[in-house]
Amino acid sequence: MQLPAKMIHSLFLVNSSGDIFLEKHWKSVVSRSVCDYFFEAQERASEPENVPPVIPTPHHYLISVLRHRIYFVAVIQSEVPPLFVIEFLHRVVDTFQDYFGVCTEAAIKDNVVVVYELLEEMLDNGFPLATESNILKELIKPPTILRTVVNTITGSTNVGEQLPTGQLSVVPWRRTGVKYTNNEAYFDVVEEIDAIIDKSGSTITAEIQGVIDACVKLTGMPDLTLSFMNPRLLDDVSFHPCVRFKRWEAERILSFIPPDGNFRLLSYHVSCQNLVAIPVYVKHNITFREGSSQGRFELTLGPKQTMGKGLEAVLISSQLPRGVLNTNLNPSQGTYNFDPVTKLLSWDVGKINPQKLPSLKGSMSLQAGASKPDENPTINIQFKIQQSALSDGDKILYLYLLYRIPTEVCICFQKGCVLLFLQWPNQ
Amino acid sequence: MSASSAFNDEKGGSSNVGEPEYGHDPASGGIFSSDYKRHDDLKEMLDSNKDSLKLEAMKRIVAMIARGKNASDLFPAVVKNVACKNIEVKKLVYVYLVRYAEEQQDLALLSISTFQRGLKDPNQLIRASALRVLSSIRVTIIVPIMMLAIKEAASDMSPYVRKTAAHAIPKLYSLDPEQKDCLIEVIEKLLADKTTLVAGSVVMAFEEVCPERIDLIHKNYRKLCNLLIDVEEWGQVVIINMLTRYARTQFLNPNMNESLLEEGGGEKAFYGSDNDDDTDDEEDKEEKEKKKTEATAIVKRKPYVMDPDHRLLLRNTKPLLQSRNAAVVMAVAQLYFHLAPKAEVGVIAKALVRLMRSHSEVQYVVLQNVATMSIKRRGMFEPYLKSFYIRSTDPTQIKVLKLEVLTNLANETNISTILREFQTYIKSNDKDFVAATIQAIGRCATNIGEVRDTCLNGLVQLLSNRDELVVAESVVVIKKLLQMQPEQHSDIIKHMAKLTDNIQVPMARASILWLIGEYCEHVPKIAPDVLRKMAKTFTNEEDIVKLQIINLAAKLYLTNSKQTKLLTQYVLNLAKYDQNYDIRDRARFIRQLIVPTDKSGALSKYAKKLFLALKPAPVLESPFKDRDHFQLGSLSHLLNAKAGGYQVLPDWPEAAPDPSVRNVEVPEWTKCSSREKRKEKKADKPFYSDSEGESGPTESADSASDTASGSESGSGSEESGSGSESEESNEESESASEEDEEEEGKKKKKNVEKIKARKPVPESESEPSSGEDVKKSEKKSKPRIGSSESESEEDNDSESESSESEEEESEEESEEETKKKKKTTASKPPSKPPKKENKKEKKEMSLLDFDDFDPAPSPSQVTPLNNFLSSSLVTDLEGLSLTDNVLSPTTIIPSGNLKTYELLHRITGEGLSVEYCFSRQPFSPDPHMVAVKIQFTNSATSEAKSLHVEDAKLQSGMRIKEFPEIEVLPAGETVSVVMGIDFCDSTQAANFQLCTHTRKFFVSIQPPVGELMMPIFMTENEFKKEQEMLLQSLGQLMGMNEITEKLTLEEKCQGEHAVVQRVTTAANLSRVPCGSDKECSPPVPPPPFPIHRFAGKTVTSGSLVLVSVVTKEDGAAQLTVNCEKMVIGTMLVKDILQALTQ
Repeated sequence: MQLPAKMIHSLFLVNSSGDIFLEKHWKSVVSRSVCDYFFEAQERASEPENVPPVIPTPHHYLISVLRHRIYFVAVIQSEVPPLFVIEFLHRVVDTFQDYFGVCTEAAIKDNVVVVYELLEEMLDNGFPLATESNILKELIKPPTILRTVVNTITGSTNVGEQLPTGQLSVVPWRRTGVKYTNNEAYFDVVEEIDAIIDKSGSTITAEIQGVIDACVKLTGMPDLTLSFMNPRLLDDVSFHPCVRFKRWEAERILSFIPPDGNFRLLSYHVSCQNLVAIPVYVKHNITFREGSSQGRFELTLGPKQTMGKGLEAVLISSQLPRGVLNTNLNPSQGTYNFDPVTKLLSWDVGKINPQKLPSLKGSMSLQAGASKPDENPTINIQFKIQQSALSDGDKILYLYLLYRIPTEVCICFQKGCVLLFLQWPNQ
Repeated sequence: MSASSAFNDEKGGSSNVGEPEYGHDPASGGIFSSDYKRHDDLKEMLDSNKDSLKLEAMKRIVAMIARGKNASDLFPAVVKNVACKNIEVKKLVYVYLVRYAEEQQDLALLSISTFQRGLKDPNQLIRASALRVLSSIRVTIIVPIMMLAIKEAASDMSPYVRKTAAHAIPKLYSLDPEQKDCLIEVIEKLLADKTTLVAGSVVMAFEEVCPERIDLIHKNYRKLCNLLIDVEEWGQVVIINMLTRYARTQFLNPNMNESLLEEGGGEKAFYGSDNDDDTDDEEDKEEKEKKKTEATAIVKRKPYVMDPDHRLLLRNTKPLLQSRNAAVVMAVAQLYFHLAPKAEVGVIAKALVRLMRSHSEVQYVVLQNVATMSIKRRGMFEPYLKSFYIRSTDPTQIKVLKLEVLTNLANETNISTILREFQTYIKSNDKDFVAATIQAIGRCATNIGEVRDTCLNGLVQLLSNRDELVVAESVVVIKKLLQMQPEQHSDIIKHMAKLTDNIQVPMARASILWLIGEYCEHVPKIAPDVLRKMAKTFTNEEDIVKLQIINLAAKLYLTNSKQTKLLTQYVLNLAKYDQNYDIRDRARFIRQLIVPTDKSGALSKYAKKLFLALKPAPVLESPFKDRDHFQLGSLSHLLNAKAGGYQVLPDWPEAAPDPSVRNVEVPEWTKCSSREKRKEKKADKPFYSDSEGESGPTESADSASDTASGSESGSGSEESGSGSESEESNEESESASEEDEEEEGKKKKKNVEKIKARKPVPESESEPSSGEDVKKSEKKSKPRIGSSESESEEDNDSESESSESEEEESEEESEEETKKKKKTTASKPPSKPPKKENKKEKKEMSLLDFDDFDPAPSPSQVTPLNNFLSSSLVTDLEGLSLTDNVLSPTTIIPSGNLKTYELLHRITGEGLSVEYCFSRQPFSPDPHMVAVKIQFTNSATSEAKSLHVEDAKLQSGMRIKEFPEIEVLPAGETVSVVMGIDFCDSTQAANFQLCTHTRKFFVSIQPPVGELMMPIFMTENEFKKEQEMLLQSLGQLMGMNEITEKLTLEEKCQGEHAVVQRVTTAANLSRVPCGSDKECSPPVPPPPFPIHRFAGKTVTSGSLVLVSVVTKEDGAAQLTVNCEKMVIGTMLVKDILQALTQ
């Protein structure tokens, strides 16, 4: 007699063509035919991302996430917070990415044993056990080419020889006994702005999403403190578990014992409806004539309120209507590409020169006889501005390092590197 | 054993699935025998004695398992390797074993002894891993072995092994539910565990095995709340969900009053019953009250008081809203939604909106929950309306959910923006989304009367849209809207009648026909014509359309039989021979009703009433309405159906169950001997018993009404504090303290109280009591490190939080008692409520008595030390009792020595020069502020008028208390004023404008770090204790830091006096009198290197600042600064270094 057990029962990995290429069971085996319900839902969905994350079946529930065109389908038997499972599955993907560099079907198949070992450690009886990357790395070393070669020759293994002491410590995110000859810490502040801009060019809504990514390579057990010029701007923050919540609440100071290596220290969210000046504008003229199989396409980009800072790595992408067969466009700079299957137009503009504004002009050929598309396409713009932040003012004031090490510490702040994602849905 | 047969079936099924795949494998050639052959070479590899071969074989086997192929026939070969020395082989064998043991139960037993050996291993990690695998093997025979192993592991020394034991509990339970009772015992034991490592796992086990045994939680409730923040994130989710359920059974509805206000007298019965079982001893009173009118009952009802434990839960979960884990955030959000008072629920909105930037699956779940919440509490999400605007890149399911939220949020004020937004959505390429938008517009129109006409017009325009789907959806929505006021819209009905020629979507056609039939009086000419057309196409229509045609015909026949009689009969005849029995039935039924025949029954008289009755307009409701009866964030809520194993979220109890069940036994290390006694005292003297401040989880409203529950809520650490006190001071101290309570006028006691009152805030309650006795405290501190850390942290926190609200109280009370008045003005620590002080005083004065004032019972003590201590204390205390605002003569530097800074130079100030200095006196209006003495000198020829401060530009958190305006400053005169500045413990400058009647000057005051603190009194032992405590906590996230610097003292500065002088000049600290001082301890040989200690605390937050200077030979010295605020500590080190070396 089996009772319905909570938490994650099994995991199936499904690729985009609908094959189950990996299965793992933490409790008794669930037949893979359970995935048929998932395939049904997949067929019903028009787009891959429209498969409902939670699918009820007569005896089980399927909770899935889609990352890197792989569905991670978890099978559960009874009530469990769906976000719990979703968040865990994303953590699994992050771990794979961390280990293999990419999380593709090929990478997973090549490292199937490591994947299995990882999954075994991450869940115990369906309940998360070790999800901190440093503990996992202590248990199972990530495969590198060098190590693979060495392993084949010497017959040594990827599995850590030592016992994972990190699991026992009060700071489970940090390995013990870390040693570096060069002690360094890097902090990158990356901000993204997400804006919806209407036809006339006025901003409907804009949100800033920022992260501070850190790469800390320090010996021993360092205790770091970061404080900000204007911490009030960071009003909605989420932290890595290493950050002491109470200290932040009381003093608005980030105090933490960092994990070893790369990690995301915090991410913040500023919703500033009209405060943000979007540093780029687009002039557009996209027309389809009724009855003719031709359409005109014209785009011009220009900088706006950049305060002298250059716009770099500008990338435009737009999903053209289905009726468009092909395009014949002429960019004044950069390269453009149109995929006739997905109807995705992308234009790699590069750097914008304010003297000579980049433009993309030409014609589109439409499906003959088809009626003119209702909607003009939306345009996504990505670009970078170095050394500037949109939510200016939250500069890092200073960083204190609390511990004594004999060697020098290099601490580096990289402010800026702003990614913007703009949308023009209303054109 | 039905299980095993089921598994065999399943296995058969899976191997069937697997078999065709063999054909694709080049190694196997598709023949069964060759498959065996391949397994043979694997077996060979496994049998070899080379680890690398074994490893290779295991890897291939695991790859097979991963692909879902059956590798069970290798079991005997694999299981032999369970004791292999190579770790990776071993782990892979474990993987295999866990996968197949269930199918090969007998063979699996071979491996058991290995694990049993592992369970006895000295290494905790090996013990844990052995238990983990052992419990994962689903073989029913070993249930007793597992039970034994779990029981043993549950009392293992290592918390990690105990955690594994907690994980093993649900495994065993699912294998053999008979073990439930034994397992509950283990769970009960593990629930009492004090480590964060175990907490999450054991609550998980609790939820799986015995979620109904809520009584097991009582004793552990406070501990779980306090540990919560340090538990790993997955455990947090489970604990929060469980505590939500717990709180629903134990506390009262915080929104009780509001809901009653809203619903007026509708809930009278509820009131009556509530009064009924309010409290047992008040029953009589309640009975009487019941007899009175209910109205008076409402008035007389006690105001709602939140249980301190309820508050504790809310407060301790709130910071987790900032977790990076979406599941944790969602768990806290649902907790607040279900448990928090209405006014506080709003805090979760921001965090939930933040989650909307996460992966689309997360968005999906969050939006579902937001949709439910936004119906109940619309105001909460209104500020974030724009965050729910739809992006063209969103998947359709997200778009539809966002639309749902937007519709829920729509009200009179924002409807115009929302509708404008909807207009753009209608142009989208995504047709499902467009349809959803049209429905959303319809819902807005029904909910908000003002925009109904606008929406209707907009929808009518959509009828001419080229897309048929859009038109069809609009028709359906318009039909619903028209039902509300059909008279005014006959033109729309006409317009729609024309559409029947074009629209093909059945639902839309049916809707139009229904509309025309229903309102045929409004369109008397068109209706018969529509019927005529429909009769022509009847046979080709869809079923729902056919039904509506019959309906239309019937209605027309009843209203306009002259024109339509024949048509109707034609339609009914067609329907009579339809393939669909529903349609045939309907036709027969209608014919009987409307066409009068001889046989027609009584009903036909009422045909008109039947068909043309006024139909109520449909209410367009959100599909998320009332979904909140499921616990939010749960799978059941998402599916809107009860999932297996879902624990129903109980309704609030009408009367709170006894809160004392949560009181915890005193932790064993405190060995409290007189707990009962203490409790009695509390009961006698409510003044002392008022300990909510220490226990933290109390609302200020509480303190007034419910002292009993307050005293009971004392948390573990507080009790441990008093417990250890009573242990140390034994008989004498107890009697002494009792005496003191009675003779409150005794001066000695007063003095002691004052000393204690100046204790720094952030020390945990248990510290001072142990401070006097190093040996004992060392013993005690060990268990404390691990377990009570978070508790004491919690205490600190609660103190500082509650300080503000309680300050007011303190003032009132200080008026009552003169001795306290002095204290408040002199050196009262700002963030310490007086009630709490009193409690501490009571505890600690006995200690002091014992050590310092009452040498008789302790002959073993070193008297000289005592003498010194007491003498220094006495001088200190004299200073206190004599003067109001000078701290103590030994610590305060005469104001002449104060360094003055220039604020405004004579030239820039046009004759007015301003200087300031830090007077180092407490700023009486606000103890959080640093007093700054400002001296104005008017060296101009004319008088300066109305000097005042204006336009302060301050960093966040900083505050200024301006000095009173100086009306006239005659030429050549000098005047001093005092202003207070709260620098927020930072050295950032306070900028403001200094104004005269003619000019404004921008000035700024930047404090040296040494001025951000105020001295506190501390004995040497206390100092050491604090230092030790704070250092120990360093590794445990408390954040106290030690900075040590070596330095060389100058010749002239080597004397003790010079050092003290320089340090106290550099920073506003008081010297810690020390027993090992040279001058005052003749019997003890003077230590070679005297240590000078100084103590203080920061003005704003009251963080301890401890400075010690160790002098050595040849002027070498070492400076150590301990401060919780690292920034201050570092800067202070610099300043003191400079002062000592210059």
